[in-house]
Amino acid sequence: MSEATLHQERAAASVRLERALVALGIVALITAPFVIYPIFVMKMLCFALFACAFNLLLGYTGLLSFGHAAFFGGAAYFCAYAVKAWGWPPEAGILLGTAGAALMGLVMGFLAIRRQGIYFAMITLALAQMFYFFCVQASFTEGEDGIQGVARGTLFGVIDLNAPMTMYFFVLAIYLLGIFAIWRIVNSPFGMILRSIRENENRAISLGYSVGRYKLAAFVMSAALAGLAGATKAIVFQFATLTDVTWQMSGEVILMTLLGGIGTMVGPVVGAGLVVGLENTLATSGFPVTIATGLIFMVCVLIFRRGIVGEIYVRWLGRGG
Amino acid sequence: MLTVFGIPIQALLGQLLVGLINGSFYAMLSLGLAVIFGLLRIINFAHGALYMLGAFIGYLLLVHLGIGYWPALVLVPLIVGLFGMAVERVALSHLYRLDPLYGLLFTFGLALVIEGVFRYYYGVSGNPYAVPTLLAGGTNLGFMFLPNYRGWVVVASLIVCIGTWLLIEKTRLGSYLRAATENPELVQAFGVNVPLLLTLTYGLGAALAGLAGILAAPVYQVSPLMGSDLIIVVFAVVVVGGMGSILGAIVTGYMLGLAEGLTKVFYPEASNLVVFVIMAIVLLLRPAGLFGRDA
Repeated sequence: MSEATLHQERAAASVRLERALVALGIVALITAPFVIYPIFVMKMLCFALFACAFNLLLGYTGLLSFGHAAFFGGAAYFCAYAVKAWGWPPEAGILLGTAGAALMGLVMGFLAIRRQGIYFAMITLALAQMFYFFCVQASFTEGEDGIQGVARGTLFGVIDLNAPMTMYFFVLAIYLLGIFAIWRIVNSPFGMILRSIRENENRAISLGYSVGRYKLAAFVMSAALAGLAGATKAIVFQFATLTDVTWQMSGEVILMTLLGGIGTMVGPVVGAGLVVGLENTLATSGFPVTIATGLIFMVCVLIFRRGIVGEIYVRWLGRGG
Repeated sequence: MLTVFGIPIQALLGQLLVGLINGSFYAMLSLGLAVIFGLLRIINFAHGALYMLGAFIGYLLLVHLGIGYWPALVLVPLIVGLFGMAVERVALSHLYRLDPLYGLLFTFGLALVIEGVFRYYYGVSGNPYAVPTLLAGGTNLGFMFLPNYRGWVVVASLIVCIGTWLLIEKTRLGSYLRAATENPELVQAFGVNVPLLLTLTYGLGAALAGLAGILAAPVYQVSPLMGSDLIIVVFAVVVVGGMGSILGAIVTGYMLGLAEGLTKVFYPEASNLVVFVIMAIVLLLRPAGLFGRDA
């Protein structure tokens, strides 16, 4: 068999495999709450969407944001506050959280894209920390306690979200919608331009693209989707606290993406599942989570930079990461 | 009572001193970051953890071996420096060919591990470290009361900063270092052992962080969290100053410390935020940073 046909065969095989995996994944997600504790699966879904939103920026645009917790946790606060203090229905609260995160993304992105590479990471980290201090001091976040006892309410005024299974399928719908949006963005002409910026920014500039605008647009979309995940989490758990806006949370989403595979569609989902599962296991064992996450970080960077899904692509399907 | 804009001058000078102390630590830490970044092209996220490690080693030397402050001032930077050199040899040296972001991520993981270990064994509460007897008490300067140890911190940090600057700008070793920053291949071709130079540089940066830690031990409580809160502020300092110049990093550190102190007097609620606000303004007006050359 010639090299070209071999390559085609493999590409076709990987597409077939991907479709099969997606179908399998959806079936698994529909049956999951009947087997596993639904709240735990919902937590995984929220973090998976968060990691995919983050990966849209790191994996497809090449920008490492160290401040994505600000969007995730910020949206959770906005949503929780609107639902609790103003009595908004859950869907309106989630929309507000998403819009708030997008607006924050616009401001933070506008400042951060003025520098590149390593500085971009430090600026996003610093701005997110500023938002953290703001949340510590502002009165609407209720300080160390956080916003507690947020009612799940009734969706569109008719569907009662207090039933665990109803809540689960609402979260699943949001998750699939978010993932579909990311998939569409990545595979659109816009997504191709983002990839060209990742590969060679100067070349993209010389081709006449206003790189700054594309980066900012990607940043806002990523922030909005991270916000969607955070706001949904606030409805699921019925609270919003400082934990979700800390720099540790920004680090956690990086770890999920790195472990699963930067720049792959499925990688961040796998990474999020593993990290959330690991934390759940460690929580009862007494072994400190930070040491475990730190060690995984170091191992990933040293010998496992493609991540789990990235390695599978390269080893078994001969596809570059 | 003498006042400035309705603020008693005592309070103003007191907060300026606190600002100067914080600024001393910003300056020492951003100096170390700049030295490491200059040659290794790695942003050392573990810098805060190394600073915490310095304070903790000083504390443990005192509690378990009875080794006091003055010997610790020499021992701690040595130990932290050696630890840094080991990290560079074992791990960081494999990352130089990659995107610098991997260096940031690796050192982030390292910081989590160091911090996690100390949190596991010593909890999150702070441990007091007594001021050495030689520097106990204070001096009345006429217009304000200066605790001797705080005066010493400012002087010591100035000595450290100027000493490091002289080492890099005026010595032969420093000239190798600067040359290797410009063109490592050429310097290697001239027979300078560049890999060794890289190891020494990371060791020097780590030692500076450790020294800052032991200097900080009697001022702040020795706690596992003391580094991580500080490092993010120091990142903002580095963005403001730009890492192009050593002197820029030092000056920016002191300036932002003072700015923070001033804010505490006039608008205390914003004192945590002011460094970040200044960073945002600098990014708008002068994206390359006040002393920066590269974007």
